[in-house]
Amino acid sequence: MSRYSAWAVFKNGFSGQKNWDRQWRDPEPKKEYDVVIVGAGLHGLATAYYLAKNHGIKNIAILEKGWLGGGNAGRNTTIVRSNYMMPGNRYFYEHSLKLWEELSHELNYNVMFSQRHHVSLLHSPAARDAAARRYNTMRLTDTDGELWDLDTLKKEIPHLNYNNARFPIIGAAVQKRAGNARHDAVAWGYARGADMQGVDIIQNCEVTGVTREDGKVTALETSRGRIGAKKVGFAVAGHTSRLWQMAGLGNLPIESHKLQAFVSEPLKPLLDHVVVYGVGGAHFYISQSDKGGMVFGGDLDWYKSYAQRGNLPVVQDVAECATAILPCLGRVRLLRHWSGVMDMSMDGAAFICKTPLDNLYLNAGWNYGGFKATPASGWYFADLIANNRPDPVIEHFDLGRFKRGVIIDERGAGPDPKLHG
Amino acid sequence: MIRINCPFCGERDHTEFSYGGDASIVYPELDASMEEWHDAIFMRENIQGMQSETWHHANGCRMWLVVERSTMTHEIQSVRPAHEGNAAVLSKSGSGGEQ
Repeated sequence: MSRYSAWAVFKNGFSGQKNWDRQWRDPEPKKEYDVVIVGAGLHGLATAYYLAKNHGIKNIAILEKGWLGGGNAGRNTTIVRSNYMMPGNRYFYEHSLKLWEELSHELNYNVMFSQRHHVSLLHSPAARDAAARRYNTMRLTDTDGELWDLDTLKKEIPHLNYNNARFPIIGAAVQKRAGNARHDAVAWGYARGADMQGVDIIQNCEVTGVTREDGKVTALETSRGRIGAKKVGFAVAGHTSRLWQMAGLGNLPIESHKLQAFVSEPLKPLLDHVVVYGVGGAHFYISQSDKGGMVFGGDLDWYKSYAQRGNLPVVQDVAECATAILPCLGRVRLLRHWSGVMDMSMDGAAFICKTPLDNLYLNAGWNYGGFKATPASGWYFADLIANNRPDPVIEHFDLGRFKRGVIIDERGAGPDPKLHG
Repeated sequence: MIRINCPFCGERDHTEFSYGGDASIVYPELDASMEEWHDAIFMRENIQGMQSETWHHANGCRMWLVVERSTMTHEIQSVRPAHEGNAAVLSKSGSGGEQ
């Protein structure tokens, strides 16, 4: 498979751009692999990529019940940021952001990462104080972050609702290195990168059973036959509990909830930043895609669900938020909306950890925040699988943290999964 | 929109209700072991299919209900009061019941 370059585009021009290679193969599953990753979403693909790239393990399969990148990889609002404060999250998400900054070069694939600033609106002195604490913590730990006063904010984003808002805007907390990326390109880039290193991406291959022997997983039963595995990693956020129970491991500190996202008809350039609005029960985040669509989202649907479709009351809530903060969107039409199933964990933080089975590893519990975590999630999960021990950065992303009292609760919402938005 | 047939108020939109969660969770005795409390507070079966769950009719009669609902289709199979004792008292005193 050839590398992408300006020269390659030029050369393929002579044959009408019709002779490009496939981006990845469509292999038949082998009898056995050194590592089998379940789930060809962003995290599974990134994990396989880094297993091959950083750890030299090449005999890897990724099993996917549908098509790669067809789950939550395609059901998010593509926001990338690292404004996390809690120990446990802080260095993990900053590492992720640093990987994002080089990702297009790393993958030889344009993931359209755009550091367009993440602007969190502030509406009260108390919120400003809390933001100052968070963003100062970031600055003390090698991350950028700043507070904008109202004049600066008005200059940067003049068309927010500064006049008649129920909750007047008094400023913003801003991370300039944050932004967004093209979600499909991230999946495709990692898939191509993994495939080029020999990883078998096996689509339409649903795991239907987990074969165990002496506290180890020996094979996975799938819709395409039995596949042996020396090590297995689960990366199926949204449906983790199902697979976990298939392996006979019981309950998890996870509930599945659904989260909706929306895109409007394409508009001319309107919003240069990612803007977040959250006050008085409202929760709203919006950016504009390169095609012009306004991409935005809000809260969960508030009840447990595995259905990949959203309810209308949340559509109304989100529309109210949109017009409250950007009244100019009042007559913009909605193009589509979709819903993804989230692993909502008991403290809002993720799991990248060992499990009760010796050669089974878990990557789960990403709540709302899986997209931004992709590169670091793959990076550290690969490291865990290859070396059979967690890196210190992810030492508290394990299932035992609740027993130890190490709750990584960024929102301070308590053990109620639906509140960790 | 899910419609929940409240035994006290009749059928209402789910937006009148506040979601509680898994109704199968039973808290252990106060002096129970850490393990038991850990499991009750943090561990969930996370059923895909029909599950028993609690809803609070927050913008209605303010009663807690136990609802059997599918997490795949959102179809509701049954609704009953979470505290049968309260329901019995209410129906005797005539302050609840049919409206």
